[in-house]
Amino acid sequence: MTQKDIRRLSLILLFAPFALWIVLLIVLPHIGMGVIALREKVAPRVYEFGFGNFIDFAQEPIYWNTLLRTGSMSLLVTALALVIGFPIAYYIAKIAGRRSRGALFLICLIPLWVSDLIRAFGWILLLRETGVISSTLQAIGLIDGPVEMLYNDVTVVVGLVYTVILFMIVPLVSTLDGMDNAMIEAGYNLGGSGLTVLRRIIIPYAMPGIVAGCIIVFMLTAGSYLTPILLGGKYSSWFTETIYEQFITRYNWEAGAAFGFLLLIFTSAVVWIGLRLSGQTLAATVAKS
Amino acid sequence: MNSSPDYDLECRNVCKTFGPIRAVDDVSFEIPSGSFFSILGPSGCGKTTLMRMIAGFEDPSSGDIQIKGRSVVAVPPNRRNVKMVFQHLALFPMMNVYENIAYGLRCNGVGKAEIGRRVNDVLERIALPDVGEREIHQLSGGQKQRIAIARCMVLDPDVLLLDEPLGALDLKLREAMKIELKLLQHQFNTTFVYITHDQSEALVMSDHVAVMNQGRFEQIGTPQQLYHNPASAFVAGFVGDANRWAGRVVDVDADYVRVEMDAGLVATAAVGAGQSLRPGDPVEVFVRPEFIRAERTGGAPEAGGDTLAGVVDSLLFNGANSRVLVRSDRSELIEADVTLTGGPDDLKPGEAVRLSWSADQAKCFAAGADKP
Repeated sequence: MTQKDIRRLSLILLFAPFALWIVLLIVLPHIGMGVIALREKVAPRVYEFGFGNFIDFAQEPIYWNTLLRTGSMSLLVTALALVIGFPIAYYIAKIAGRRSRGALFLICLIPLWVSDLIRAFGWILLLRETGVISSTLQAIGLIDGPVEMLYNDVTVVVGLVYTVILFMIVPLVSTLDGMDNAMIEAGYNLGGSGLTVLRRIIIPYAMPGIVAGCIIVFMLTAGSYLTPILLGGKYSSWFTETIYEQFITRYNWEAGAAFGFLLLIFTSAVVWIGLRLSGQTLAATVAKS
Repeated sequence: MNSSPDYDLECRNVCKTFGPIRAVDDVSFEIPSGSFFSILGPSGCGKTTLMRMIAGFEDPSSGDIQIKGRSVVAVPPNRRNVKMVFQHLALFPMMNVYENIAYGLRCNGVGKAEIGRRVNDVLERIALPDVGEREIHQLSGGQKQRIAIARCMVLDPDVLLLDEPLGALDLKLREAMKIELKLLQHQFNTTFVYITHDQSEALVMSDHVAVMNQGRFEQIGTPQQLYHNPASAFVAGFVGDANRWAGRVVDVDADYVRVEMDAGLVATAAVGAGQSLRPGDPVEVFVRPEFIRAERTGGAPEAGGDTLAGVVDSLLFNGANSRVLVRSDRSELIEADVTLTGGPDDLKPGEAVRLSWSADQAKCFAAGADKP
C-alpha cells in the first residue's frame, strides 16, 4: 500500500462518521418527510401526489396563526435573551478578573447539568397555585387567595429565556473576549461617552457574536417543545405542539410532515432576513464566534 | 487664569500604588508647550501607568496632574483634551479610515460638512490623501501608524500621548517612522509625550527625555545631557552602551577618584553628578565604547588617560558602528569602537592592542544604589 493510499484511507475513515450522521439523520429523514408531505390522502390507503397538505395549512387560519405566534414569541425571547445576556457576557469577558472569569462561566453552565424536564418542573414548583411564590405571598399577606402563575404567555417567555440564555452568552463572551481593551479606551479617549462607545464600538465589534447567539437562540426556541407545553399548558399554541398533534394524536403523518417543513422554511427565512438586516453573512458569523 | 501657561502638561508629586506596590513614586515634571518629551524606562518601571493616569484611565493615589494649567484629576477621560496613540494602535476594524478619523469629531458634535473638511485636511497633512475609503486591514503598518496619529490630531489635542507605538514595526520601518514622527510633531506643533523602552527612539526624537526606573524619575534632561552627564549609575548603564566595571575607591582628588577595579586594573575616573565618594566605597565605573581608543601596541599613550593592554578577541562588524572585543591581560572583555574600512590596517583577532581613554570619559557612581 502506498503512502497516497494510506492517506486516502485515513481520510475516508475520518469522514465516514460525519457522512453517516449527515445522510442517516439529516438527509434521509428529510427526504422521507418530503415524500410524505407531498402525498395527498384521497381515500383510505390511497394517496396521490400533490400540495394538498400545504394548501390545507394556508386555508386554516388556526395553523398559520400558531406559526406566526410561535415566530413572534421566539423573536421576543431572542430579544430578551440578548438584552439580558449581553451585560452578563460583557461582565464575564471584560470586567471580571481573569480568575473569577472561569468560575462565572461555570456557574452559567450549571443549569445545563439538569435536564430540561427537571428545570421546567422547577418553574412549576415555584409558580403553580400551591407553589412557593403563591404561598409566600399569601403568608406575608400581600394577596388573599392563591394565584395561578402558570399557563400564560409571560411564564412561557420567562421559562424559554431561562432555558436558552446560555446559548446567547457563550458566543457573546467569546467575541467580546477577543476585543482589545485598548479599543474601548480609545473610544473614550477620543471623546465618546459610555453610550457612544457601546453603540459605535462595542456592539459593532460584537455583531458576529450577537448574530450567532440570536440564530442559535431563535432556532432553539422556535423548535422547543417541552417548555411551552409544561409552562404554557394545553393552550400555549406552540407550532411544535401542532406538529406533534398531527403525527401522534390524529395520526396524520402527511400533514405533520408538511408542517415540519413549513417550520423549517419559516425559521430559515427569519434567520435569512435577520442576516440581511444586520449586514452579516453566515460564514463570517460562524467563523468569528 | 492659570499660573504657568507655558506648560502644556505638569505632574506634581504623582503617586500610584497597587496594593503594596508603588508603581509610580512621587513623579514631578513639566513639559513646555510644543516639545517632544520622552519617558524612557525598562518594562515594568511604571511608565505605562503614568501615561494611563495622564489619559485618565487610572486615578493617581496622590498628587496633581495639570493640563494647560488646569487640574484634570477629577475630569473623566472622555472630557480631557489629551489624546492617546495606543501600543497596538486600537484602530476600529469595523470602520473605514474616514470613519475612524471622524469618530472623535462626531463625539464632539461637529457638523457634517466641517467633519468632511477636517478629515480631508488631516489626511492631506499626513500625506495619505486618498485612503479615506479604505478599510483598516488594507493599510500597511506605517500607514496604520499615521492614521492612528491623524485620528488624534484631528481633534487638536493639548497633549498627544504615544505608548510605544513603533514596537510592532520591523526595523527598517521603525527607523523611518522615528524621523517621520519627529517631522509630524514639528508640523502639528503639539506637545508629544512618547513612552518607550528603546533608548535610541527616545534619543533621536526627543527634545527632553525623562529616564524612569522603579516608579521614579532618575533624570530629566536633553538627550545629550543624559548621554554625556548621566545623573545616576542607572542612567549611565541604561542610556547608550557602556563598559561597566565594579571596583573600590582608593583615593579621592576633588572631581576625580582613583578606583581599583575588582579585576585588578587601577584607573582614574570622573565623579558622576551628585555623588560624594570616600576611599573604600564600592563604586561602578562606566566608559562608553566610543571613548576608548584601540591601537596596536607601539604608539604614545594619550596624555592624562589610562591605558590597558590586551589582545583582540573578536571583531563585531556593524558598518559604521563596528567594535572590537578586547580581552585584557586580566581576562575581562572590553568593548571599544573602531573604524573598519576593509583595508589592511584593520585590527584582526589575536593582535595585541593598547586601549586608552581620558579620565573625564570614565564616570564613577556609587555601586548598588540602583540596578537596571
